[in-house]
Amino acid sequence: MARPGEFPLLSRILHWTMAALILAMLFIGLGMAASLAHYHQLVAIHRPIGVLILVLVAVRLVNRLVNPPPPLPADMPLLLKFVAQASHVALYALMFALPLVGWGMLSAARYPIVLFGPLRLPPILPHDVGLYAALRTTHTVLALLLLATFLAHLGAALTHALVFRDEVFPSMAPWARRRVRIEAEAEATPEV
Amino acid sequence: MPDHGTPSSRYGLSALIRPRALASFVVIGAIVAAVAASFAYVAGVLSPHRLTQARMIDRFELVNGPHPGFRRNHAKGVCVAGWFDSNGAGQRLSKAAVFRPGRTPVVGRFALAGGMPAMADNPKAVRSMALSFRPAGGGEWRTGMNDIPVFPVATPRAFYDQLLAARPDPATGKPDPARMKAFLARYPQTGQALRLIGAQPFSSGFDNASYNSLDAFRFVDAQGRSTPVRWSMAAVQPFAPEPAGEAGGGDPNYLFDALVARLRQGPLSWRLVVTVGQPGDPTNDATRPWPANREHVEVGTLTLNQVEAESPGDCRDINFDPLVLPPGIAASDDPLLSARSAAYSTSFTRRAGEAKSPSAVQVPAGGKGA
Ligand code: HEM
Ligand code: HEM
Ligand code: HEM
Repeated sequence: MARPGEFPLLSRILHWTMAALILAMLFIGLGMAASLAHYHQLVAIHRPIGVLILVLVAVRLVNRLVNPPPPLPADMPLLLKFVAQASHVALYALMFALPLVGWGMLSAARYPIVLFGPLRLPPILPHDVGLYAALRTTHTVLALLLLATFLAHLGAALTHALVFRDEVFPSMAPWARRRVRIEAEAEATPEV
Repeated sequence: MPDHGTPSSRYGLSALIRPRALASFVVIGAIVAAVAASFAYVAGVLSPHRLTQARMIDRFELVNGPHPGFRRNHAKGVCVAGWFDSNGAGQRLSKAAVFRPGRTPVVGRFALAGGMPAMADNPKAVRSMALSFRPAGGGEWRTGMNDIPVFPVATPRAFYDQLLAARPDPATGKPDPARMKAFLARYPQTGQALRLIGAQPFSSGFDNASYNSLDAFRFVDAQGRSTPVRWSMAAVQPFAPEPAGEAGGGDPNYLFDALVARLRQGPLSWRLVVTVGQPGDPTNDATRPWPANREHVEVGTLTLNQVEAESPGDCRDINFDPLVLPPGIAASDDPLLSARSAAYSTSFTRRAGEAKSPSAVQVPAGGKGA
């Protein structure tokens, strides 16, 4: 069970697994689009990892509804809280949209959507190269948006950890956190 | 607890401009900048000399000029369709569905190598056949083949350099001999390959030409055994040499028009012949032929009976990416393969987003259409 002020274990596992996968996908995607020699191998892993992210983000959203995240520090200014929550909504939207656009664009181009060996996905859109071109551009734009949002998220997480020194970073940190628990309890008491 | 007096103070401006906070911001900024820079590096933004797929396709556009909506290479072509009858002999080498005995629908495209969609047909132009085999249960196989015995270059970089070296000089209409000489000195395999290509007589048309994979691939059988292979579509129509005299009597589409006329009379056929490589045969160098005594396995017959001008949804809108392969066929270590897949993808993406104009090759109405 999660201690108060901390993301439940499953939420943290999902967060850090997906963080690693998404980071890898951004590197793979940008790298393959700029490489002749490694293009084929990189695309071949880009598709299945992207679809894995789609599955995991669905699990993660359900988990978030079942296991809601801890509240942000009570003393955090409203504007900061809003920005934090809006950026999380944006991250979820992008985690859903990117793989769906990837799947859709390959469908519209009439490529077989190969995951592993004989395992492939059915097309979700009709063969239409105009649609393909639009989705292919969308995939790049969304990937760059995800990249920018991730960099902001990284900067924000580090600011919580190093500057604000509040409960936000430890609430998601993968490691044990004695000091913060004491703080969280100390802060939780007057409110109860 | 240090610096934790009044809770709200940790988010206040006074807390953020303390020296330790400012030092932290510098560290955070450096971390975020380092991550951003590594993305830029991977994306090639910091390496203007890396040969990326975009730069490869830019070079086609540079030497051929802009032709929106058309393939950046093999731009002039026509769509065909038919079927493949497998005799089952390929199953010994590959578990691909297309090699099980039986019939598989096929769509394809005949084209001339070159990035000019309105180029005049001529006897020296390389002819190509691109195919997509579509077995009912999945396992699509795409291949693009040329009617030359070997490819002129072994690496993507050589292809890139050749495009510029072979670019016609606006003054003479011919490639600059000095530049071509420098290119051939740099890539001696190309000279050898061009001699082999020149030694093979050209046939009189698309119908009696044979088309070769040139790149090596691997066939993988049901036990997982992998065999290096190359393949050819060998024309059943008897070979006839290119007639002497002015080719096509001035018709700039004489090769395509003859193909359309032939297909109107009846189907055309090719035998799919797989060449089985031996250890030591070069799989990573498409400029070098394999010894002539290698085993040849005939695995079936391609029959084409429909022809149609490029139009929405037909072969025009397919990328004949040579690495769209079913389980049972895999890439070899040939560096051209991944480069082709990458460059075709960029060519396809660019033309997909551009306005289209009709192909120079039109198929008159009536008769058997696709
Ligand atoms: C691409 C990578 C990442 C993505 C997509 C991502 C996404 C998210 C999302 C959606 C949340 C909201 C909580 C949830 O529903 O799971 C969150 C929270 C959090 N993330 Fe990330 N994250 C990424 C990488 C990172 C990294 C590298 C760090 C640390 C340096 C980090 C630190 C945090 C922290 C501290 C929280 C808790 C915020 C709170 O209490 O509301 N994340 N992340
Ligand atoms: C979270 C998931 C994903 C991320 C972060 C991601 C990221 C990227 C990035 C950064 C690029 C390069 C864009 C460019 O430079 O133009 C890219 C390209 C691509 N992605 Fe994704 N992608 C994801 C999911 C998918 C999925 C699920 C598929 C397909 C099933 C897919 C298929 C592709 C393809 C085919 C390309 C372009 C290849 C080409 O143009 O030749 N992606 N992706
Ligand atoms: C690095 C080397 C190569 C590059 C950069 C290159 C480039 C291209 C490009 C840009 C296209 C147009 C793709 C499209 O928009 O759909 C194309 C088509 C084609 N290429 Fe290559 N090519 C290379 C090597 C080869 C080789 C070795 C063969 C051997 C058979 C080949 C055969 C073909 C064929 C048959 C087509 C026409 C496909 C069709 O009709 O759609 N190419 N090539």
